This record gives sequence, C-alpha cells and structure tokens, in this order.
Amino acid sequence: MDAIKLRAENLNLFFGKKQILKNVSIDFPKNQVTSLIGPSGCGKSTLLRCFNRMHDLSPDAKIEGKLFLDDLDLYDKKNSVTDIRKRIGMVFQKPNPLPKSIYENLSYALKIHDYPKNEIPELIENALKESFLWDEVKDELKKPAVKLSGGQQQRLCIARTLVLRPEVILMDEPCSALDPISTKKIEELILKLKKDFTIVIVTHNMQQAQRISEKVAFMYLGELIEFDICDTIFNRPQKELTQRYIGGHFG
Amino acid sequence: MMNTKKIRNTFNWIILCGSTLLVCLFLGVILWDIFSKGFSSLSWRFVSAFPTHGMTEGGILPAIVGTVILTFITTLFAVPFGVACAIYLNEYAKQSLLTNIIRASIRNLAGIPSIIYGLFGLALFVQALHLGTSILSAGLTLGLLSLPYIITTTEEALKRIPNTLREATLALGVTQAETIKDVVLPKALPGILTGVILTLSRAAGETAPILFTGVAFYINGVSSSVNQEFMALPYHLYMLSTQHNDIEQVRPLAYGTATVLILVVFLLNIIAFYVRFKNRTQD
Repeated sequence: MDAIKLRAENLNLFFGKKQILKNVSIDFPKNQVTSLIGPSGCGKSTLLRCFNRMHDLSPDAKIEGKLFLDDLDLYDKKNSVTDIRKRIGMVFQKPNPLPKSIYENLSYALKIHDYPKNEIPELIENALKESFLWDEVKDELKKPAVKLSGGQQQRLCIARTLVLRPEVILMDEPCSALDPISTKKIEELILKLKKDFTIVIVTHNMQQAQRISEKVAFMYLGELIEFDICDTIFNRPQKELTQRYIGGHFG
Repeated sequence: MMNTKKIRNTFNWIILCGSTLLVCLFLGVILWDIFSKGFSSLSWRFVSAFPTHGMTEGGILPAIVGTVILTFITTLFAVPFGVACAIYLNEYAKQSLLTNIIRASIRNLAGIPSIIYGLFGLALFVQALHLGTSILSAGLTLGLLSLPYIITTTEEALKRIPNTLREATLALGVTQAETIKDVVLPKALPGILTGVILTLSRAAGETAPILFTGVAFYINGVSSSVNQEFMALPYHLYMLSTQHNDIEQVRPLAYGTATVLILVVFLLNIIAFYVRFKNRTQD
C-alpha cells in the first residue's frame, strides 16, 4: 500500500443552503500525482480548496467532516492556518503573479516566514531552476513579473510555491489558460516534482490526466464516483457514470 | 426603412454631441470670465503680501496659507480614518444586512448639505469639545465632510483588486493583514490617491463648513497655532464679493482670489490625473 499523505473523511461542504460536496472520503498517496476529473461544477476545485483552507474567507461556507495532512487535523482550531498553507501550497487556474519583480515574487513569502536573509538568493535560484524558469529569467530578475508570458508566469507561480518547500502542492487547472507548448512544459515539471512533493491536480483535460497521474478521481455533482489507478479509470471503469464521462457522452 | 434609421441615428448623435458641447461651453465661459478678469490682478505681490487698506489693496497671502494648512488638517484627520474604514468594510466585514446599512448610511452622508456639517462642527468641535473657533475645528469639520467620499472611493479602489491576487499570498501562508499591507494596498494606492486628492480639492473650496467653525474676516499675521482663527480663499472670495464696503473697488481682487482658488484646485486635479495615468500605463 502507498503511504497516505492527504485525506478527507466524510467531507460535506455547504455554501449557504446549497450542498456542494456530499460525503466525500478520499486518500491521496504520498509522492504521486492524483488527478481530479469531472464536469464543471462537480466540486473538484471546491474539494481542492478545502485542504489549504481557502474557504475560510467565504463566510457562508460550512464544512463538516475531517481533513488530515498526515496526522494533522487541518480544521482543528489549535492548528495555525498559515502553517497549514505553508505545508500545503497551491497553484491557481489563472497565473497570479504579485505586482512585484520576479525576484520579489519568490522572496516575499520567504521574508514573511523569517528565512535567514543570506539563504534567500540560493533558495530562489533553486526554485527557479526546479521550475525550468531559471535560464529564461536569470538576467532579468528585477523585471516586473507581469511582463512575463502566461506560461512563464504560471511556472513562476509554481516556483513561488516550491520555494517554501511544501509537502503537498494543490493545482487548480494550472494549464487551462496556457498554450500547448507551455502546457507541455508544466506537465514535464509536474512529473519531475512528484519525487519530492505530493501533487493533487484538478484538470478538464483527460489526456493530461492520463499523461501525468498515477491515480484519478472522478467526481459528479459533489460526489466522489470512482477513485482508482489511472489505467483502470480510463480503460476499465467500474461505474457506468465514469464510463459515460470518459467516453465523452456528457461533461 | 434604411433612411428613417439613418435619420434617427443622426438625430441621436446630434442630441448627445450637442449636450456635451453645451456643457463644455458653460465651463469655458466660467473659466474665461474668471481668468480674463482675474489675470490682471495676479502678481507676485498678490500671492505674497497681506491685504492692506481695509482689503482694498495688497495680497491674499494669509488666505492662501490658511487654505493650505486647513487642507492639511483635513487630510491628517480624514485620510487615515477613511482608508481604515474602507479596508474594514471591503476586506474584513462580512456581507450582511448591517454592513449594507453602514454602506448606505455612508453614501447618504455624502449627500448632506455642507452647511449642516458647518453647524454640526460648531456644536461638536467648537462648543462641546471646547476647541473654539479655530483652524483645528474647521479642519476637523471639513474632515467629517470628506470622510464619506474617501471611504467610498477607497472601497471602490479595493474592489477593483482581483481576489486571485489576495489568494496568491494567502496560499503561501501569509496572513490577511500582511496581504492587505503588502499586496492589496500598494496595488490600490493610485486609485485611493485619486479619490483622496479629488475629495480634498473639493474640501479646499468649501465655505459653509468653515463659516461658523473658525474662518475670519481678517487677521493680521499668519496664524502660528491651530487654535487660532484663520483666513481661507473661498471665504475671502465670498467676503470680497458680497460683504465688503466697497464691492466695486475690490472686484478685481475678488476675481484674482477666484483665479488663485481655481488654480489650486486645478493643480490638485492635475496631480490626481497624473497618478491615474501613471497607473494605467503600468498595467
């Protein structure tokens, strides 16, 4: 059995009176890539955002059930949300670089978390190398990050997450705003990163899910329908709903 | 068929374009009237000397200094409170009936006639808080008047910052307070500054709120303390045009004062325009 890194138990989530997630229980294995697939509005992103507590800011979101990072109860009042978010990083759908320079985009969180000043340049260089961006930007680290291309911006956002050495990286459709070449680069990056990180990725692109993930979860209308290794989901799905979605009959 | 459509279209265009031209015409006439009559009295002496001979000669230095200090006090009071209030409403407060009532109240405050602020300032600052008729009382009163505008424009500026940017730093384990200080406020700063400057340029031209709270007909010497009375450009203009013994004789001085007041407000607006322009080219 694979070691479990991230876990949800009987998770229900409501926005006001509307139930978005219905009794979802799922285990994400360590150092693997798990894809969440399913039609728009099925709750994939909502599930993802439960793990780094991004729903904390929506006053009408109500969460029932338990979520764990290893043995850490993510919604226990004793645990600091900033520590949790430092350990569980997130890359968003649209690249969202800070309106600062490339360098400051990475140094900002390091400074906030009191990393020693003399280590910062090296950490930044490593993170940029890890995200295949170093060669493209090493001579212009002072340039505003918004001047980079969309694909470069997204790799910068990944580097910004990596630089804090999280244990888990959540990715919410990280390639949906990118062209095919940038998408390919990000996919290569994800495959390389799984050695050191546990990755959960929401994607609408089934080829992408097949190319990068060990395990795939299919969700529909807030429920987890099927969760298995990639090959099973795409070639021998057990549930009829999964079969129809994979076959392109709806979605 | 085609023809009636075309005619109607042209007709609409004429109405809209005509209205715009009419508005510009009025503005042009006002500016031309004031500048043409006021320009002759503008001189270095006019802006650097005290009024003399019962204000029939000399300059308007104390009124200029008074207006500048007054605006400064207004800024000191209204900007921190206004911006803080807007940050609370937009970043922290939950959307509820209560916050909606607070918002609606603030918008309504912006519609209260300035003379009422004047009377309120008289009752609160001058009498209840014993600040006397002084530049401090007047500045605080103008501050109250400016608050709703500053809160509203700041909140609009904060609203324009996309949530994805807030999420970017929150997801890195940065606290909400740090996110606001390091990301949201710097990004919203040009919008906030524009609103602040436009509000202050409006406050600088107000007469009614300072009328009962500290403005003086004449003082000899620039006030050295905030608990003294002061002279201000808009009141000086009002006085020269309606209250003076010899209105005909001081008319050029009145036009000169109006020109200076407009130039001051104009300068503030140019600064606001520049800030906005700079921000637009950055994005």
